[in-house]
Parts: sequence; structure tokens; C-alpha cells
Amino acid sequence: MRNAEPARSSGQSGTAEADREAGEFPSQPLHHLDSLWIQVAGTRCNLSCTHCFVSCGPTDTRHAMMPRRQVAERVTEGLALGVREVYFTGGEPFLHPEMLGILEDTLERAPCTVLTNGTLFTPASIAQLARLSRAARFSLELRVSLDGTERGAHDAFRGAGNFERAVKGLLALEAAGLLPIVTATNTAHEDPLVLRERYAAALRAFGLSRPRIKLLPMFQLGRQALRGSRYGATETLRGLPPGEFDSNRLQCGSCRAVTADGVYVCPLLVNEPGGRMSDTLVGALGSFELRHGACFTCYATGMTCANG
Amino acid sequence: MAEALRLAAFGGVYSNHLALAAVLRDAAGWGAARTCCLGDVGGFGPHPDRAAALLRGSRVLALRGNLDDSVGHARSDCSCGYGDPRDRHFSQLSFDYTLAATSEVHRAWMRDLPEQHRFQAGGRRVLLCHGSPRRVNEFLWDSACSDAFLEWLCETHAADVVLCSHSGLHWHRALPSGRHVINVGAIGRPANDGRTGVWYAALQLGKGVGVEFRPVAYEHEALALEMESEALPAEFIETIRTGWWTTCLENLPARERAAGRH
Repeated sequence: MRNAEPARSSGQSGTAEADREAGEFPSQPLHHLDSLWIQVAGTRCNLSCTHCFVSCGPTDTRHAMMPRRQVAERVTEGLALGVREVYFTGGEPFLHPEMLGILEDTLERAPCTVLTNGTLFTPASIAQLARLSRAARFSLELRVSLDGTERGAHDAFRGAGNFERAVKGLLALEAAGLLPIVTATNTAHEDPLVLRERYAAALRAFGLSRPRIKLLPMFQLGRQALRGSRYGATETLRGLPPGEFDSNRLQCGSCRAVTADGVYVCPLLVNEPGGRMSDTLVGALGSFELRHGACFTCYATGMTCANG
Repeated sequence: MAEALRLAAFGGVYSNHLALAAVLRDAAGWGAARTCCLGDVGGFGPHPDRAAALLRGSRVLALRGNLDDSVGHARSDCSCGYGDPRDRHFSQLSFDYTLAATSEVHRAWMRDLPEQHRFQAGGRRVLLCHGSPRRVNEFLWDSACSDAFLEWLCETHAADVVLCSHSGLHWHRALPSGRHVINVGAIGRPANDGRTGVWYAALQLGKGVGVEFRPVAYEHEALALEMESEALPAEFIETIRTGWWTTCLENLPARERAAGRH
């Protein structure tokens, strides 16, 4: 089913310099479309986090919210290609007025994960999520971001009051039987096991009895890059000998991300030059040239945005 | 019309020689014409040579799981595919012990095991594998695989019935196309269900596909004592005594995780 398009580039293309460099970066094939990422809320978010890799915010409209029908069409398109699971992201998915309906539609057909900042839950929405989860054939995962185990650290990234809101959301989700996953960005390059255990202890102290934790590295993208933290010249996959390139190490070997605007190589590069691959999923099944600094982070850390 | 093939299948022995002996007895009593082990003979439990010797002395068709490959080739880790640092920590403890305690004669046997096995039964193409048809260490969880994905796996790998293991939890999906995917589970540790016994799959492959998961009790306390004498992690021993997973569970999907205690 894969098309035979030439590799797309994640960097600026069309310049003489870019042309000379062509072929110097590894090219990542899409082995199979396992994970379909849907940027359901576009770039609309109730927060303006200082490290947001997509630079989302309350008034940002670079990617529009996706209507419920458009989401259903994308899921259908993905399932026809054998998609294993669906991830909903934004922006903040729970800003979408039809998010619960979208989940109801999708959970009938595929496992779903929602990535949220955890600040917009209400008793009614949590009760509805719990009902959806109990009735569904597949798992519903809720991933709540927590950038630190203390109010000061988290709120420095996400704004005052949001630590307490997120923790309150986590506790309410667990009380409803939903076992949320805490997504923690390794902002200080700590040893992963130490960081994980620190988070687990803190979450238990907050009252979460069964903390689940997903660690992510920091990406020098979006607002994080704007505040001066950019990829350096050595943070690149350029020049990696083809014989040394492991094509099973990157999530873009098994995912694509759709927004209202089209299909992108992965959820990290939806706002980056060269990240857009096609209007359709079928058109985005080709290889991808790994020019971006974020490709280096993914490759070096072996990270995936997916669960597990 | 030919009788249905009675096939017993299990995975993840994890050095649990006592559970292995009990499962082999139960499968024989059930009338299995063929018995298959879908890989990972060692890991987690004590004295890995005991399970390996028992399996080699039986008529069981054994596949090479990721752990068998890593032990056989003395690799640096088990290649289980865990992403969580706590899971990786405990799987490394398990692997280091197993590698050190497995004799070369069994390691050579592990290296030579096939990764997959195919046969026809009841007019269906049956594929046996460890993780998934495409990757030896892929976790296939019931609640985290769409029908579309499982259909794609079967279609791409030319199989009507797929038997897999690796994740350690047993399940069966009859797909809309009439294909079947069966995770046979593991017999080396309980199925995170609060029972100290283990489960294996008993299949009847004929005109239809019959799938039964059979519970088997074994001397789990004797195994726990062996694990204590080998100074294996207390967390592993707790699992054997309680039936609840305490480690290597961070990649469980929400539904499977919620069914456990930890």
C-alpha cells in the first residue's frame, strides 16, 4: 500500500544548498501506519506554555480545530490502512466542544489516547469519560502533562495555578477508575529511573495510588526554541552512514499526524518547515528525510510520543 | 471429515519449571496432539536450566523468543522492548541472572530455535510467533489493537490464525474476516489476575476454530522458595505468591492495568 514517492525533507527545500545536501540525511521509511495522531484542537490551547513545541495558545489559529465529521473521516482513512491506535492532541483537546462525542465515535473502532494539560476537567466530563471507557471495546488512555513535582516548577512552564488544577484532574480521573498517565518532560536531563521514581513518590504523596508515568525529552522546537534553546550544528543526523542507521528506532517509521490542514510526518513537526507531507494519509506513506534537529533528539533518545 | 487438531500452546516459561511440568501434564490429559512453546524459556524465575532441560526432553515445538535470542547470543539485555525505566531496571536484573545461570548447551539450543512456525490445519494457515508476526518483541494487548490492525497483520503475513505470546496476558479475537488472533499468554508468572495459577491455550483447529484457555495450578510456593534461595528480587516473588504483577507492567494499557492490583 505504500506509495513510491521520493523522500520528503523535514528542512527547507528548493535552495541550492539544500539540494547539495540532499542524500546526506538518513531517509526513514514508514514501515506501517500503527499510530494515527489527530491534532483535534488544532493549535488552540487554554495555556501558553513556555516550552510548547507547537507554540499553542488561546488565540492561535495556525491549525484549526477539526470538525467531528472530519475526524471520523480521518479515522476511517487510517483504519483502511490498518491503523492500530489513535492519539488525540492539540492544543488542548478538551477545548474542543465535541471532544467527548469524537471519543465515543472512535472508541468503537480503535484504542484512543488523549493528551491533555488536565486543567479543564469537570465532574460531568470525567463521569462521561468513565462511562465511555467502561463501555468501549478498547482502552481509553488519558495522558496529563506535569512538568515537575512541585507547583513552582510546573507553573513556571505552564502558568500560575495550573499545577493544582492538573493534580486535581489526576485525582479525579483515578477516582473515576481511569488510571491516567502522567506525561513528564525531562527538563533537566535527569537519569530516567531517578526522575521516574521521584515522580512516582510525589504523585503518591498527592494521593494518586497507582501512578503511571511517561517520560519525554525536551525538544528545542516552537516556543522553547524562541526562548533561545535551539538545536546546535552537531545535533543532526546529517552524515550518519546508511549502514549505521537503524530504521526501527524512530516513531515516524510507524506514525503520521493529521491536522485540519493536512498530513504531517509526526506530531512534533506539525509547525516545522518540511513537516507537511500530503493532503491525505495515502499520500503520506512515503519515506521522510530526517533533516530536523528534533529528528536527532528522537533518534538519540529512542523516544516515542506513543504510550509505553 | 478429519478430526480437529488439538493443539496446546503456551509462551513465557520464564524459568518456571514447576508450572511447565504442570502444564505439560494438563495438556497431555486434555489430549493435545501437538504442544507448542512460543518462546522465552528463561528470565524472571530460578534455575533456568531446569525449565530448558524439561522442555528439551519433551516433544514440544519451541520457538525462539527475544529472551532466548538474547541469552543464546549473550547479548547485553533481554530485548523485551520496555520503554519505562523501572521496567527496564527489573528486566535487566532478571536477564543478568538468567544469562549467568544458563549453561552453554542450553544457550546453543536457544540460538538454533526457529523464530516462527507455520502449518495448515482445517484448511487454515496457522502462524506461530513470539511477539507478533512482524516483530519478535512486539506487545499485542487485547485492548490496544484495533481489528483493522490485526486484520492487516494477518493479511500481510499470510495467516488465517495467528498465535502469539510475549505480553504475558492471554486473549482471543475472532476478527470480522473470520481470521483469529490468539495470545496464548505466559506460564512463567500469573496473568495479573490475583490467582497463583497460570493459563495456556487449548485450540481445536478443524472446520471451526475452538479456543479455550485452561487454568493450571502448580506448586507456586515451592517456586517462591527457590526464588528466595537464589536471591531473586522480592518483587518477583510477590508476584508468584499473590498472582499480581509488581514489575514490568508500565506498558500495560489502561484496561489491562486496571484489572490488576498495582
